[in-house]
Amino acid sequence: MTENKKQPPTEHCETCPAYAELEQMGIKLDKYDRVVALAGNPNTGKSTLFNALTGLKQHTGNWPGKTVTRAEGGYQFNGVRYKIVDLPGTYSLLSASQDEEVARDFILFGQPDCTIVVTDATALERNLNLVMQVMEITDKVVVAVNLMDEARRKGMEVDTRSLARDLGIPAIPVTARTGEGISTLLSTVADVIQGNVTTKPMRVEGTPEFQKAVNELVPMIEQAAPGVPNARWLAIRLLDGDAKVQQALMSGELGQRVARQQRADAQFSRKMSVEGRQ
Amino acid sequence: MTTNIQPNEVLAKAETLRGNLSTGFRDEIVKSLYTEAENIARRAVKTAKDKKYDLDQRIDRLVTSPIVGLPIMVVLLSIIIWLTVSGANVASDAIANILFAFGDWGNALFSSLNIPWWITGFIWDGVYRGLAWVISVMLPPMAIFFPAFTILEDLGYLPRVAFNLDWLYRKAGAHGKQSLTMAMGFGCNAAGVVATRIIDSPRERLIAILTNNFVPCNGRFPTLIMLAAVFVAASFPPALTSLIAASTVVGVVLIGVFFTLLMSWLLSKTVLKGEASAFTLELPPYRRPNISRILYTSLIDRTIFVLWRAMQTAAPAGALIWILANVPFGTSNLAAAIADWLNPFGLLLGLDGVIILAYIIAIPANEIVVPTMMMVYMGAGMMIDGPSTTDAIHSLLVGAHGWTMLTAVNLMLFALLHNPCATTIMTIYKETKSLKWATISVVITLGTAFLVTFLTATIARSLGWA
Repeated sequence: MTENKKQPPTEHCETCPAYAELEQMGIKLDKYDRVVALAGNPNTGKSTLFNALTGLKQHTGNWPGKTVTRAEGGYQFNGVRYKIVDLPGTYSLLSASQDEEVARDFILFGQPDCTIVVTDATALERNLNLVMQVMEITDKVVVAVNLMDEARRKGMEVDTRSLARDLGIPAIPVTARTGEGISTLLSTVADVIQGNVTTKPMRVEGTPEFQKAVNELVPMIEQAAPGVPNARWLAIRLLDGDAKVQQALMSGELGQRVARQQRADAQFSRKMSVEGRQ
Repeated sequence: MTTNIQPNEVLAKAETLRGNLSTGFRDEIVKSLYTEAENIARRAVKTAKDKKYDLDQRIDRLVTSPIVGLPIMVVLLSIIIWLTVSGANVASDAIANILFAFGDWGNALFSSLNIPWWITGFIWDGVYRGLAWVISVMLPPMAIFFPAFTILEDLGYLPRVAFNLDWLYRKAGAHGKQSLTMAMGFGCNAAGVVATRIIDSPRERLIAILTNNFVPCNGRFPTLIMLAAVFVAASFPPALTSLIAASTVVGVVLIGVFFTLLMSWLLSKTVLKGEASAFTLELPPYRRPNISRILYTSLIDRTIFVLWRAMQTAAPAGALIWILANVPFGTSNLAAAIADWLNPFGLLLGLDGVIILAYIIAIPANEIVVPTMMMVYMGAGMMIDGPSTTDAIHSLLVGAHGWTMLTAVNLMLFALLHNPCATTIMTIYKETKSLKWATISVVITLGTAFLVTFLTATIARSLGWA
């Protein structure tokens, strides 16, 4: 029998149209059907969105770099149980610092069923760089254009349809603080995972000779490091001479990282989720 | 069957392929990526000239100004600490009165039921008294300081602090984001150490980790506040006490910041040589703090968490002290004997043996230093009826145990500089994955604490101040 125990409504719930279908599952992570990752630039409201979805109280604050570890929580939407992973904010996937590496490793090797890239509606251009880098890795991407209230206050109008058309993936306007747009976001995520919505991520392909080089390298990587997802991305990084990726490949660490991400580190994440402080 | 391809073959292949590509091929791609992003954003966003943005900028010009930026910061800090000190004093006394009265009642009840004296003593004079002390000393300052701090955090002020202090840290060879991790250290040094993950250079990250402890965490704030109120402020007219106490605490915090910079500079000139690296820091827009979230974060996440941790160590510490104070040793008891044995060393630092003993017992959590100290003093025989109020503490320490202004000042300095608590040491070990750096963090802080208190004690004595 399905448990029908709802979390007590939080301040978000009163205004959240999704509350009827959305069940915040907190840290009940034992059984889940799908994994969703929350990526995005620092201070775009990932943790706020995470809290609104899970009913958890992950520490939020108005400064970039607040989340340095990943936190996991759960929600149920239309009967499907999702595990959602809140990642540290990052400007790119060419990570340098520890917190960025946490985010990059999960997107690359954790193989979430869908990645939500949370963007700041008031600084869309800078945020799009990360969106495009994530799209280089996976097709299953949804852009959440957050802070719509702030954009409106600043007199900005964001046309998410134009954005979605250009990027080739869904773009949903949301205001995580009030819960506006969350139900649409969740149903879109569900549609992308089920394939009801097909995504055609816009990719910058580079010159034909570059494409040829990538295509030659991909099968070799797949053989040298079996089970590695995103061989294409790795090929590009190797052609670029990324020392970290070279090192990871040589030491056989690539395979380990995949295993580590999939083991899901539940104990630690649970602790972080419960304590929610860092 | 295909032959297995080795990783080095892949690298070699990548190397050759790269050689064939035109130079700057990746720059081309990155450039087109940026152009594409720019075009997409331009098509999707319509901007009207707005007023709020101008207001944000005007505020920023003020709070990050090279002239008034730093003073504004110090004033904000002073206001928060003043609110904490003046509010906490009253509340601490009230809570202590209630809790100690309850303790006396429990004690009397147990005695009237003919429960053996050692059970009564262990429970009410040991465990319970330890808990009562921790709650009355720590709860009020935290319940005021944390919400105030969280409001600044939610407002978006912290990145401005980093911006203001950047030049100082760069001069010290450290990373500008170190001030963000230090701001987290005000809450808890272990959290501050974890927050250093935002620093990308390993060298500067280590500096930030090793110096984070010079920021007094919330476990140590109550010690500073109590000492400032009981000693420093006591010699001023009553109208000024909370102001003087607050300025003293602000002064101690600034000394802490000074030591952070000094130690960062020393480290970057010696074992961790290198230049400060450049970084970009986003100044987010000011946002209206969400009251319910602030209350939740600051009270449940921070206050209750820190208090609970303190209580978990205070209970066994209280029990330990009670046992030590009740095990006969020679003519007195074990606690007094240990304190006597430590006394010469304590006096050398301008402290005394009991304080050193309290610090040793309080290694698991610095929060319990003052309670531990009080209990050793009281357990050592000089029982005073419920030393719960500021005046009572003053008379206990000064009258019965010969404290001077030097003792109070040096204890504040020692509290600021001494070794990290066990949790923080563990966190440093986990973050650096190195026993060496965890050990060094203890050596550096403890060494600084010994050196500074020794110097102040020697100077004060030679000048005849103490």
